[in-house]
Parts: sequence; structure tokens; C-alpha cells
Amino acid sequence: MSSRFIAAKVAGSLVTLVFVVCFNFFLFRVVEGDPVANLYRGRNLSEHQRENLTKQFGLDKSQGGQFVAYLKQTLTLNFGRSYTGNAPVWGEIKRKAGPTVALVGISAILSAVFGVLLGIAAAWRRRTRTDYGVTAFSVGTYSMPDFWLGMVLLTLFAVVLGWFPVGGLEDPAASSTGIAHVADQAKHMFLPCLTLTVGYLGEYAIIMRSSLLDTMREDYLVLARAKGLRDILVRNRHAVPNAILPVVALLAINFGFVLSGAIAVEAIFSWPGLGLATYDALKGPDLPMLQGLFLVFSASVIFFNLIADLLYGYLDPRVRPA
Amino acid sequence: MSDARATVMDVTSARRIAWIRRRRAFGRAWDEYRHHLPGMIGLGILVLAVAMALAAPVLADESGLRAINTVHNPTFASPAHFAPLGTDALGRDVLTQFIWGARTSLLVGLVATLLAVLIGSIVGIAAGFFGGKIGGVLMRITEWFLVIPFLPLAIVLAAILGPSVRNIIIVIGITSWPQPARLIRAQVLTLRERDYVDRSRALGASNWHLMTRHILPNVSPLILANTTLTVPIVILSEATLSFLGLGDPLNPSWGQMLDDAFESGAVTAQAWWVFIPPGLGIMLVALAFTLCGTALEEILDPRLRDRRG
Repeated sequence: MSSRFIAAKVAGSLVTLVFVVCFNFFLFRVVEGDPVANLYRGRNLSEHQRENLTKQFGLDKSQGGQFVAYLKQTLTLNFGRSYTGNAPVWGEIKRKAGPTVALVGISAILSAVFGVLLGIAAAWRRRTRTDYGVTAFSVGTYSMPDFWLGMVLLTLFAVVLGWFPVGGLEDPAASSTGIAHVADQAKHMFLPCLTLTVGYLGEYAIIMRSSLLDTMREDYLVLARAKGLRDILVRNRHAVPNAILPVVALLAINFGFVLSGAIAVEAIFSWPGLGLATYDALKGPDLPMLQGLFLVFSASVIFFNLIADLLYGYLDPRVRPA
Repeated sequence: MSDARATVMDVTSARRIAWIRRRRAFGRAWDEYRHHLPGMIGLGILVLAVAMALAAPVLADESGLRAINTVHNPTFASPAHFAPLGTDALGRDVLTQFIWGARTSLLVGLVATLLAVLIGSIVGIAAGFFGGKIGGVLMRITEWFLVIPFLPLAIVLAAILGPSVRNIIIVIGITSWPQPARLIRAQVLTLRERDYVDRSRALGASNWHLMTRHILPNVSPLILANTTLTVPIVILSEATLSFLGLGDPLNPSWGQMLDDAFESGAVTAQAWWVFIPPGLGIMLVALAFTLCGTALEEILDPRLRDRRG
């Protein structure tokens, strides 16, 4: 891969990031005339409170002055203080990123692995009961709201059967350490992780299936068979490595949502990550927190899109410019 | 006089030929669609859902949606004890909410999709047809919007605009157009180079004429399939936004019902009848649109025909 290709992609991502940073400013300040009134809809605000809030948002300054101040703050990762936590937004985000990355990261990998396996099984046994079953399951789970699946699983396995805790990161009463501590966290993570894995897996299965069906028509598979290779070798050595390319790209892109991918599901399971923080910030409403979260979510998507582009260029020579 | 009449006749007959051709193409497509089992199942579900949404005033009394009218009902009553589908935390009949919720969910799903596809088609056709500088700028903007994560953007916009059905439609509409735009542009780029476009241009046709008479009719099958496949995404987005408290509590959609159920502790109360129906409703409608859209794609795009089954 030429360094020029990489440089072009990196530069493109940086331009996009600048666009998002500017967009973020206008989104919160210019969209509607009075952000204070809009964000405190339905609540009684005294004239004094209103003035304070206007000053706090910097709305008393000129439009240009606000923008310069905003850029300075953003570049130094100063997103202001959150109302609900009354702490710097950046600190809150850093603290809450860990649980989210763990939960969504593990779910993303699990859903990719199981989705690919299901997709392979369906495509290789095309027009059989396996194929129809996998396709129906994939399209069905893809059509479900993920948080609804979470509610159903939570009611069934935590409330009715009592096999799993109803929420949180760990048992606050237990002071266990070592393996018991890890086991406790794993138990808390099981249901949200299952929800997200089932929710994402359909997409991988459908894409893997159709990609493998396309690959199966290629001449080199006929050749591989003509050489007398066993069916399983044709599949695992020749068909799957070529068909898996779109899945790798999808996985890289989905990793961009490692921070923002579980907003509603985290709320269902009270998982103390960025998703729950978004949910709480909305109920507030906590404007600086929302703004900071939006920037961080966008930056992560842009970063992983760049990784996906570079990965694709590396894996598929046809994408690279000559 | 007679010249003018001849011209009028020619125009009408040329149009009529075009219409006859289109009607025939439509008939052929419908003939194929009828034999597409998943597509017909999806269509069946949709017809039922739309009928239920339209007949809501006949099927269920709207006053049952307001908690003030249901204070005498038992709360969290199971279907075995009260009302066909039980009641929620405020004593409201779940079936009444479910029937009226179909209206809001389908309305948002369809109108927001139309808005997104309309913007996407205009941008996509313009970007593909003009190419060059205008096309480049339009595609850059599209790519930027593609990169901004959809849900956080929609959440932030909805939070700023305030909760209402209209705002949810606007928010989803203006965040969902980039995918159709990119798809349609790619198609227009190949159509632009066709001989009949060159011929028409050589005969002096304006850009407007080329776009509306030659490009648009040829991308419209793609637009139709794409629209159908966008609806499930939009319906799921509406559910998520409503669940996050950005929906209109006075016009409850299925997503709003899920929000109410969760907020009122239906999970801990094990009141499954409150949240199973709206979730199933969302899933079935989203599934039905996916089935119809996939069927349309397979019929209208011959390259995909081989994937069927």
C-alpha cells in the first residue's frame, strides 16, 4: 500500500473530523433561536436563571466569539462541566468509556464470529432447511429493536428465573476480589452481551451468506473441486477467505460504534457506560454532556471508518489506486 | 391549425406509448411478485397493519389513551383478568394503545422514509448527472453526513427541536438521506452514458428534460426498492428515539409504549403483556418491509435473481 494512499485517507478523515467539530457547534447553538428555552421545555425558569444559563452557554457573546471560544475549548478537550455529575465532561466520558468498550467490543466480536459461521452454513447448504432457518433467524433478529429483546431477556432470565442480576456492572454489596470478582462481572455482562450479540449477528450472517454465494460461482472453485479437493477444504481454503472481505469491512465499521452502539441496551441493563450516560443526559437534559458525547461518538466512527478503508486497501488490491 | 393539431396528437400518442409500456412492465413485475412467497407474506402483513392503523377510530376508543379516563381500571392487570391484552401502569388498555400506536409508528416510518428518499434522490440524481464540481461537492457533503453516526445525531437533533411526531419525522428524514443518495448516484452515473441520453441531448433536450424523462424513470425501480428497504430502519430508529424519551407522549407510537413500559417498571412487575405486543408489532412491520423490499430488489434487478431462495 503506497504511503500516498494512506496519506490521502488520513487527510480525508481529518477534514471530516473538522467538519463534525464545526457542525457540533452550529447544531447546539444555531439550529433554533433559543437553546435555553428548548432544552428546558416545560420547566419554569425565572428570569435570573435564564440569564445565568445564557451566560453559562456563552450565548451572551457574539456568534463569532462563541465559535472561537468553542474551538479553543474543544482542542484542549475541555467540553465544560456536566450538570448532573457536576464534573468535567471529558473526565466523565473517560471514566465511562471502559465498561462500554468492554461490553460492545466483546459483543461485536462474538456476533461477527457466530454470524459468519451461520452465514457459511446457510450458503453451503443452500435451499435446505439450514439455509431457510438461518435466513429467517437473521432477518427476524435484524427486525427487532435490540432494547426490546433486552427487556424480554431481562424479564425472563433475571426477574422471573433469577439466574442473572437485573443490572449494573458488579454486585455493590460483594467485596470479592480476583476470580470471584471477574466471575461476578461476567455474570452481570452476560445478558446485555447476549442481547447485543443476537441483535448484531443477523447482519453478518446475511452478508456472509450472499458474499459466499457470489464466490461459489467463481471458476477457481470449480478448479479446486476438479483437482479432487475435499468439499471441506474447498470451502475453508478457497471459498471462505475470498468471501469474508465484506465481513471484515463491516466489522471494522461496526467497531466505530463501540462507544455509541448500545445506548438503549445499556439503559435497560443499567450498564454504567457511555450509553447510559447518554440516556441520563437526555433525561436531564445535560447539554454539555450531550455535546461531548456526540463529538466522542463521531470521532470514534470516523477513526474506525479510516481503519476500514485502510484495511480494505490492504486486503483487496483492486481498491488501491495504481 | 392542422399542423398544431398534428403536434398535439404526436405528443399525446408518444406519451400514451410510454404509458402503455410502463403499464405492461408493471404488470410483468406484479406477475413475478405474485409468485414470490416471502414478498407476498410481507405484503400480507403490511396490508393488515395498514388496515388496522386506518381503522383505529372504529376498533378502539381514543379516550382510552389518556390516563385521566382510565383511573377506574386496575393497573398492570394481566390479560386473564382485564381487557383483551391487559392494562399498563396507568390502567390504560394495552390493545387500545397497540392499535393507535400502529398509526403513529407507520406514519413516522412512511413519511420520514419518503422525506429521506426524496432528499436522497434529488442529491443523488443531481450529483450523478452533473458530475464535475457540483457533483463533487454534493458527494463530499453526502460522505460527511454518512460518517456522522446516525443515532447520536438524531438524538441530539431531537433533543434540541423538542419532542413531537413532526420533529421525529424531520430528524429521521434529514439524517437518513445519504445512503439512498449514494446508491442512486452510482446508478445515474451509468445511465448518463447510455446512447438514448446522448441521442436526446443531440436533439436539443434540456438538462431538466433529460433528468425527468430519461434518468428518473430508469432509476425509479431502484428508488422504489430502496425506499421499501429504508422503512424498517426508520421504524426501528423511531422506536429507539421514542424509547429514549424523544417521542410524543400524547400520540404514543409502539416505541413510546416500550418507553412507558420500561419507565413504569413493567419489567420488575413481570407485566410482559405491556411490552410484548408493541415490540412484536415493530418487529413484524419491519420484517414485512424487509421481505417486500428484498422481493422487489430481486425482481427489478436481474443480477440478484440468482440469489433467490
